[in-house]
This record gives sequence, C-alpha cells and structure tokens, in this order.
Amino acid sequence: MRLPKPRGGLSEWLVAHLAAPVAGEVAPQADCWEDACLSLWTLHELSYRGFEDADDRAEWAPSVLTVRHDLETALEERLRSRWLASTQPAPDVPTDVPGALEALVAADDGPSLADHVRRRADGEQVLELLRQRSIYHLKESDPSAWVVPRLPVRAKAALMELQYDEYGDGDPNRLHSHLFARGMEAVGLRPEYGAYVDDALPETLEMNNAGSLFGLHRRLRGAAMGHLAAFEMTSSLPSRKMVQGLDRLGLAGPMAAYYDEHVEADAIHEHLAARDICGTLAEDEPDQAADILFGAFTCLDGESRFASALLAAWGAES
Amino acid sequence: MRERDFDHPEVVLCPHGPLLLRNATTIQDADGVVHDVHRPVVAICRCEKSSRLPWCDGTHKVIPRS
Repeated sequence: MRLPKPRGGLSEWLVAHLAAPVAGEVAPQADCWEDACLSLWTLHELSYRGFEDADDRAEWAPSVLTVRHDLETALEERLRSRWLASTQPAPDVPTDVPGALEALVAADDGPSLADHVRRRADGEQVLELLRQRSIYHLKESDPSAWVVPRLPVRAKAALMELQYDEYGDGDPNRLHSHLFARGMEAVGLRPEYGAYVDDALPETLEMNNAGSLFGLHRRLRGAAMGHLAAFEMTSSLPSRKMVQGLDRLGLAGPMAAYYDEHVEADAIHEHLAARDICGTLAEDEPDQAADILFGAFTCLDGESRFASALLAAWGAES
Repeated sequence: MRERDFDHPEVVLCPHGPLLLRNATTIQDADGVVHDVHRPVVAICRCEKSSRLPWCDGTHKVIPRS
C-alpha cells in the first residue's frame, strides 16, 4: 500500500514526513476533522502493514509519536463525550457485564445498512459500501489481536478461541480477511490491502481509528473487548441480510460466501465475546467494566454515524 | 497445582440463546443428516427457527421471549 492522498495541512505534512522523517520537524495542526481522521489512520497503519513509500522506522520516531499522541487524545475525548452524552446523567458501572452489553445492543436504534442492501440498494451502492468496509475487513480482527498479552487468564484463552476462528482455524483459505479479499475480486473491486483509502469517508476512518486506538493501548483493553463484543453481537443477522441483498443483485459467489460465513461464525463469537471475554475480564478486573461498555457504545455509535452518512449520500434515509 | 483451575465446559447453554459445543467433529441433525464440524466451537440452534439448522443464525433474538 502507498501513502494516501492528503486531505489537509496535517496529512500533507505527514505524507512528506513519513517518506523521509527529519528529526526536530514540528507538525502543523489538522485543518479539519477529516484531515485529523486521515492523519491518525495513516499513523496507525504504520503499526499494521506499513506503506511502501514510508520509512518503516517512522512507526517509533518521536516526531511522529507526538502527533499520534495528540490525535489519539482528541479522538478519545470525542468518543468519551459521545458516550457520556448518551448516558446522562452518568453511565452505570454494570455488575452483570454480559447482560449490560445485551441491553446496550438491544437498545441500539441506528439505521441499518444491511436492511437497505437486502431490500433496496442498487449495485453501485453495494460496491460503494464494500469499498468502505474494505478498510476494516481486509484487516479483520487485527486490532483485537494486540490485546491478547494484556488480558488475564480466562479472557485471554477466550479471545484466542475466538481469534483462532477469525484467522481461519489454521487454514489460510478460511482467514476472514482473505475471504473478503476473494469477495472483492469476485465483484470486480480491488482486493489489495488499503486499496480504497482515498475513497474512505471520514466516518469510516474514525471507526477504524477507534478500533486501533483501543487495540494499541493497554489502558484501553476493556474498551477494545467491549468494542469487539458489540461488533460480534450485531453481525450475524445483518450478515444474513447482506447475503440476501447480494443474491438479489446477482452478486452471489465469494462475497456472499464471506457474509454467509459470518452468519454462523458470529452467532458463536457473540457469546464468547460477551460472556467468556468481557464477562470474565470484568470479574477479574472490575475497573474495566465501565470501559467495556464505553467500547461497545463506540462500536454501535460509529456504525450508526457511518450508516447515516452513507444513506444520506444516497438519499436513502430511513 | 490443581488439575483444573477454571471451568471450561464442552457444552454451554446460553441464556435465551444457542447451545455452544466445543471439540465436536460431527453433529447429527433432527432429520438424521450428519454434518462435519470445522470449528473448535459451534452454536447449535435451540429455538428451532434458524435458517440453517442445526446451526444458530441469531434468529432467536427476533423472537419475543415468553
């Protein structure tokens, strides 16, 4: 993957700086939210697969880490203020974490892209959705993998049980991100990692940045696992609708097979994530309980913002 | 050290949800058809409304609880 096209002063500075970091250079402020989203996404990618045209040492260069720190601080403040605004007067610290996750997911009334795909979307809209989804699905489960060494015994074993399935149960052909790449190819889209980042909406980038932020910081391990749980708990039924929509549009084949796999897999994973990962983590480390819910909220809220943005762009608000 | 410090049952009944089954290799469904298992854990439908029996597909979540 090559460095993305800049969307403002900070991302422009970063693209030049990452190609050839110069010690002591000071970054400008982000021009706007979109510039900040793309800049943080770019910095996080240094810790995933990197860029052909960036210096690999930039991942840990102090001049770059300072920028990442400031962008992550602003993102976390933004996410926490959304969480607090949704839980006035103050969020409860749940004692029954799996039950609280279930209640949070059940109360989620965000718009559903899967419903739109199932019933009404045209082929162009589905391809646009897949280009946006590719930013995450081509690195599916990778942010959660960073959390493994930071968990107590029971949650660690449970996360590995889930991740083993995400990563194909030892078979590279069944690795979920690989299944998605095969699907992209089959519907005529580019399957390479990060191919569509220049098309990514700021909402898409921010959703990805939240997952990376939670995965990269040990302090935020509870939020990372809550985020994972909410993702898994809202995947099975929508994946089935995606299969129905893809079939309706004559796009059956590897992309439908990717979603089909998630109907079954995530019906399992949601229980592992809510009970065996988040439930035991909260029992062993009670101070993580509140952040588990914060992470779950962030997942649902990010998807809702992304869905609203896409549906509005299509003139298809529900 | 004790032999087992933690519960790790092979069969788990999820409240209002499926039956989780660990380490199975084959499952016979209600029609007598035997299905191979390719995962370390599978979720078996208990509401009988799944579109892909014997596996859970999450349909139980849209069925009102009695």
